[in-house]
Amino acid sequence: MMDDYYREVILDHYRHPRNAGVLDAADIHAADSNPLCGDKVELFLKLGEDGKVSAVRFSGRGCAISQASASLLTEMIEDKTPEELKQLGKDDILDALGLENISPARMKCAMLSMRVLHQALGDDDWFHLDEEE
Amino acid sequence: MLSTIDLQRTLAIRADFPILARQIHGKPLVYLDSGASSQKPTSVLEAMDRYYQTSHANVNRGVYVLSEEATAAMEQARVKVARFIKAKSAKQVIFTRNTTEAINLVAYSWGSTNIRAGDTILLTEMEHHANLVPWQLLAARTGAKLEFVPFTEDGLLDQDEYTRLLEQAHPKLVAFTAMSNVLGTITPAKAMVAQAHAAGAIALVDGAQSVPHLPTDVGDLDCDFLAFSGHKMLGPTGIGVLYGRRELLEAMPPFQAGGDMIREVHLRSATWNDLPYKFEAGTPAIAETVGLGAAVDYLNALGMDFVQRHEQELVSYALERLRQVEGLALYGPEAAKRGGVISFTLADVHPHDLAQVLDSEGVCVRAGNHCAQPLIEKLGLPATARASFYIYNTPDEVDALAQALEKAKTIFAL
Repeated sequence: MMDDYYREVILDHYRHPRNAGVLDAADIHAADSNPLCGDKVELFLKLGEDGKVSAVRFSGRGCAISQASASLLTEMIEDKTPEELKQLGKDDILDALGLENISPARMKCAMLSMRVLHQALGDDDWFHLDEEE
Repeated sequence: MLSTIDLQRTLAIRADFPILARQIHGKPLVYLDSGASSQKPTSVLEAMDRYYQTSHANVNRGVYVLSEEATAAMEQARVKVARFIKAKSAKQVIFTRNTTEAINLVAYSWGSTNIRAGDTILLTEMEHHANLVPWQLLAARTGAKLEFVPFTEDGLLDQDEYTRLLEQAHPKLVAFTAMSNVLGTITPAKAMVAQAHAAGAIALVDGAQSVPHLPTDVGDLDCDFLAFSGHKMLGPTGIGVLYGRRELLEAMPPFQAGGDMIREVHLRSATWNDLPYKFEAGTPAIAETVGLGAAVDYLNALGMDFVQRHEQELVSYALERLRQVEGLALYGPEAAKRGGVISFTLADVHPHDLAQVLDSEGVCVRAGNHCAQPLIEKLGLPATARASFYIYNTPDEVDALAQALEKAKTIFAL
């Protein structure tokens, strides 16, 4: 079970986060934390003239699952329009992590960056779906 | 390194706790989270079962046999708890849901009639949120001020600052923990209560961690209020206790209102029942009080001096053993000044990840801010992992924790 949680991809993204940093004058931006364990993620997106994401950065601190998920999420974001980003969800993060099922507590860690993304997009519908789970 | 723990006796105790026979991920359960909630002996589970199977009905009202038996069972438990903490009268033992509700009761009931704008409430920086946030709300309602006794680098309350704050801030109330749930620090509660009284303040002691693990004598401690939880002392969840000085309790208005807490009710007015019922609105957690009574019996049979000694020996062994784990940082005072609680971090591994790896070895520890965020922030940490012990823990389990920490080091390439 632990081998599931700490797969190489997770440890790799935790130790070497992709797109780490901040963007000044980001077009889309939000931050949130996980009250359970204090994980934090802040997300910055810049849009190009074609309306697609041209740059993405995240900053944060917390457990391996939350930070690796944020790093993996940033890799899915580039070159997508905000409408396309709204299609991203739980399964995308779990696929990227290579996990089929995780405990409800760790799910909150894994989904923190996805929450922040949908918050940044002002995607209220997503939060309704989120709460139903 | 040898521990002086009587292993045969500990193994006999373990046999009373069915859950300890469980396997977790194919490995023996190593339960090191009793500071959050203890496990329950068979005698507690059977007492509750027996109550439901033979004597259950609502209390304090029926004239039939079952209701009389249920009422007697609950009141017997109240007497047991009163004797356990050496209260003069069982009327001073108010059943609540837990420590949190007991402290909220004081904050609302005593607070609303005794705290005014400009008054000071003196707390400490090592309080559990349950002994912090109720006072924040009271301060917000009344315009009172909060002051905090800091803790030193070795995890002890700064007694010089305490003396200074008592003299300069003239608090109406001092509320502090008798044992920190994060650092394990045993505070000099008796001396602090005496000082508070000398300064004209009322003293509330948060006994959530101390009452399950140390002998308690409210007469000797001389506190005005003591709050603690059943589920941390081998009893069930959903039952806690507020002990209070009788004059104070009698002068206080009710906390929650409804059935049982009244003497006479008219459409537009009501009068209150006597202690302790004035503070016990609605049907109480009857079976849980019975369970708590059985837990008290179990602890009494062991003797609280034995409980304290066992944990003292275990924490001494654990501090020594864990110091051999390279990269592990331990927080809190020396063994002589702490109960069976050890907070730690391993290099820069997030405690949540650490707890997950330990779980894969069957070792249960808590990770996070332990409901004491200001304390954790003062330590400059995002969180810690915490191992906490009780009478059923063995030196072997400390070794299992140390070995699981070594495994975590391998996984995180430390």
